[in-house]
Parts: sequence; C-alpha cells; structure tokens
Amino acid sequence: MTRMAATRDGYGQALLDLADNEKVVVLEADLGKSTKSLHFRKAHPHRTISCGIGEQNMLLVGAGLAASGYIPFASTFAIFTERAFEQMRNGVARPNLAVHLCGSHGGTHTGTDGSSAQSIEDLAVFRTLPNVVVMHPCDDVSTRALTMQLPQLGKPSYMRTARNKTPVLYDGRENEIKIGKGIVLREGHDVAIISCGVLVSESLKAAEALAEEGINATVVDMHTLKPIDGELIDRLVSQCGALVTAEDHNVIGGLGSAVAEHIVANSFAPLEMVGVPDRFGESGQADEMLEVMGISAPYIAKAAKQAISRK
Amino acid sequence: MSKTIEELEEIARKCRVEIVKMVHRAQAGHPGGSLSEIDLLAALYATRMRVRPSDPNWSDRDRFILSKGHASPGMYAILAEMGFISHEDLKSYRVLGGVCQGHVDMKWCPGVDFSAGSLGMGLSFGMGCASAARLDKSDRRAFVMIGDGEMQEGSVWEAAMAAAHHELGNLKVILDRNRIQNDDFCEEQMRMFDIPAKWKAFGWNVKEIDGHNMNEIMEGLDFLEAPENSNGPSILIAHTIKGGGISYMENNPSFHGAAPNDEQFHQAMIELGEVEA
Repeated sequence: MTRMAATRDGYGQALLDLADNEKVVVLEADLGKSTKSLHFRKAHPHRTISCGIGEQNMLLVGAGLAASGYIPFASTFAIFTERAFEQMRNGVARPNLAVHLCGSHGGTHTGTDGSSAQSIEDLAVFRTLPNVVVMHPCDDVSTRALTMQLPQLGKPSYMRTARNKTPVLYDGRENEIKIGKGIVLREGHDVAIISCGVLVSESLKAAEALAEEGINATVVDMHTLKPIDGELIDRLVSQCGALVTAEDHNVIGGLGSAVAEHIVANSFAPLEMVGVPDRFGESGQADEMLEVMGISAPYIAKAAKQAISRK
Repeated sequence: MSKTIEELEEIARKCRVEIVKMVHRAQAGHPGGSLSEIDLLAALYATRMRVRPSDPNWSDRDRFILSKGHASPGMYAILAEMGFISHEDLKSYRVLGGVCQGHVDMKWCPGVDFSAGSLGMGLSFGMGCASAARLDKSDRRAFVMIGDGEMQEGSVWEAAMAAAHHELGNLKVILDRNRIQNDDFCEEQMRMFDIPAKWKAFGWNVKEIDGHNMNEIMEGLDFLEAPENSNGPSILIAHTIKGGGISYMENNPSFHGAAPNDEQFHQAMIELGEVEA
C-alpha cells in the first residue's frame, strides 16, 4: 500500500530539521497550522515571528532579517503570497535577499475551500522574478529534501506545497533530490510526460494506462520550474520526440510554459500542455477538481497520444 | 559624534547644494522631499548613527532605511558628506552604471541598507532589521525614514501594528511630514486626520518637532534614542517644508519630482550662499 502524505507536512518537518542552524527563523501570517510551520513555532518560539494576517509586512520583515544575516522561512497560502508579490519583487528578489517563501494549498487540488483559495497562477508570477528559484515538489519526502537545501541556496525561493495527501514516491530516496534537477521516474521512448506537484502521481497513472496500450512513456518529476532542467528536457526530446507537461496550475505561465520556452530555443518537439484551462476553480473534492479541470490521469494519457500523433 | 548646532546647519547647507546640483545635472529627480528631510538626515548621521564609512558592511552597524527612496539625493548628499561615497560619485545620480541610482539601492551604493523605490516597504524592512538585532542580542538600532504621503499605503500599518506587538524598542522612525505628495498636497489626496494619535493608538512612542530647527531635531533624536517606553517602537514626527531652503520650491507640489532649469539653479545657488547675487 502506497504511503500517502501532504507536501506541506514535509515542509513543516524540514523546518524542524533545520532548527539546528541558529540563523534559521520562521515567519508566519496566521496560517502556521495550515502551512505546518507550527511545529517550529512550538519548539522555537523565540525564532518565530508572527506577522498577523499581514503578508506584505511578512515578506519585508523577512528581507530585513536576510539582510542582517538570518535565513527566513515565510509561509502562507499560495494565494496569499500573491498579495505580497510586489514586496517579493522589489523588496526580496531585486536586492537578491535569500528569503524562502512557501505557499501551501496551491492548485485546484486544494479542494472544497473553493476558488478563492486555489492558487492557479503562483508558479507563473514568481517565475517571472529574476533571482527567484521556483519549486513545486510532489511528495513530502522531496519537499523535505528540497527545503533542507535552501539555506545553502543564497538567493530567494518560492515553493508551492499542497494541502491534500498524495502518494509518497521517494521514501528512502532523499539523496536523489536536488534543486534544479528533474527526476526520471519511469523510462519510455514514445513520449515524455513532464509534471510537477500533485500531477506527478497522475502522470505515473497515465503512463501505466498508456503501457497497456503499448505506448511507453517517460515520466519526469520536474520539481524545480526555475531554473528549469534544460539538459534533461533536451535528452527527453531526443529520446522521445514528443512531450507532455502536466500541472495543477493555469496552463498559462507555469511548467508548460517553462518547458515550451526551453524547447523553442533549443531542441524542438511537439508539446501538449495539460493544465488548468485558464479558468477559476470551485468547491469540490481534490480528485473531483482534477476531473473538472481536465488534468487527471486520463487527460494526461490523451494528451500523450496527441503529442505522439504530431511527431 | 559631537557637533555644534552651527556645524550641523553647515553640513545641511552643503547637502542642500549637492541635492540641487544632482537634480539639476540629471534634469530629473526629487528635490522637494530631499530638501525637507536633509536637516534630519544631517543630524542623524553626524551625531547618532553608529556606522563606519570605511567599512559600510560592518555587521553590527545601525541601519538606516530611507523608505521614501525617491528622496535619494538627500541621502546621497549625506553619504558623501560622511565619506561613504565621494563627491565625484554624486555625479553618477541617474546615470547608467552609477552608484547613485534614481532610488536608493543597497546593491549599488555603499552605506545604503535598503533598496527602496516602492513606498510603504521600509518600515517592514526596518522591523526585520530590528528583529535581527534582538536575535543577535545586539544594541544596534534600525532607523527608518518615512514620508507622510507614504502612510496611505496599508502595509505601513501592518508594520506599525507588528512592531509594537513585538515590542521592538530598537526600531526608530522619523516621519518627514512635508505635507505634499506626488500629485498634490496630502490633505487633498487623502486626509490625514490626527497623525500623532494614530501612532499612539498603535502603541508607539510619539514626539513632534520642527524638522528644520536643529535644536529641536537634536531633542527629537534624544527622544528616539531613549523614549519613555523603551520596549516600544518610537516615531519622531518632524514637521518640514517640502523644498525647504529654496524659496521657489518651498510648499510647491510641482517640485516633488521636477528639476530646476538653469536660471532656477542659479537662483538656488545664490539662496544657499554658494554664489553672490
């Protein structure tokens, strides 16, 4: 039986693991219970700064701490990080201060809270900021491993985590996970499915379904959207000749766009982009939302066939 | 760090000359807010800031955050006076590759602790610096200068609330209350009502002074360094004149962000005692 866990739990665990580094501080905006920074707060209250429900202030308090030698980890819902976008832009990214921002509850998979809480544009907006590394891991193990690497990054980052549980893929494989390096989860030569976050496990399901029809798909967990692993994409293009991207994010501006930007300038192949079709969500269960948005495994499999037909 | 009132006034006068020269040379920039803040900056830097111009990144320095970052000529002038940058550097104001960027920028100019340009951000950044000082168990302070128009940004009040909640007694704000913002007088753009009462209600130590009277400025800085409630953040509300020191710029909204022409420049140099009439 596959272990199920939420990526936000991996984030919370990583903060606790990082606490030995006395420069690590945690910033909250009244959602520590949700983003899972609460564990750090409980263990290290003097290194946890509550900013109340004030995301704009939180980002810049982080900038001031980073400029003074600290390593701040700030978190809130993905959607509310966007409220502080300009603070992230002008106060954090522009002076290249290593504030690490985590947006939990990303994507329509967030579910019944409805459209106001389902960020579908966070990866796109933060990807446009120079200096900022953008990540969206797929399980708690990789979330923990990536978060643990952030103190050495030396630049700001944005990481999207998810509210709901997804299959754990990396138990015992922590050492394979590196910022900026996509992970090949399955090898095939007909098509490559590049995905991130909650759609990685959906992509694996799609690959299984395709295999039953004699189509062999490579599946990649592209947990880092920026910098994108262009070397891996080039290899996938020459190995498979057709690509699919899959993300629980607006089809505009996210992983699909990052891959498209790379291949149009490098090694071209047909690309089908599975993502939220430029619309807002609604209240529904996580799995229902993937169906409504047309981004679950059957849709990924369909897109794979379409990509192959365009070779 | 001891200076007479006359010495401070002379520093401020020299800075005013540089401000007008910078903006005239660039034919762009923000003279009004630079001139309103400069007496405060001169006194702060010349008598209070624990900094090392030869080692601008000294980690235990006091921080100064010019949140109203468009008033950069004032800051560049005092940084040059203090020796962080050279007077030659002032010629790089708004010039490609120059240390004196249009808005103060910590990545470009020695002695600048905050990359400004977007209003409503500096107080939060200062809170971060003050929080870091406390975590370090250091007695360094974070001074932040904000403008009055800037207080229309909601994030200023997020920071005001949070800094008092966290009892950041090492956070010290100077409000350059010059009554004019980009488009017009502040009272026309957004009425301010009782500014001291607002800050008091947020849990701050508050004092008001005439921001062009050097004796009052020194008293005001004494207050900032040792406020009544040492566990609370403090704000010095300095009543100033936008464009203060140059007759035709004073209380004139059109000199918020406009450069003097050659004739006006000459007039300013006369008024500042640089050339004879």
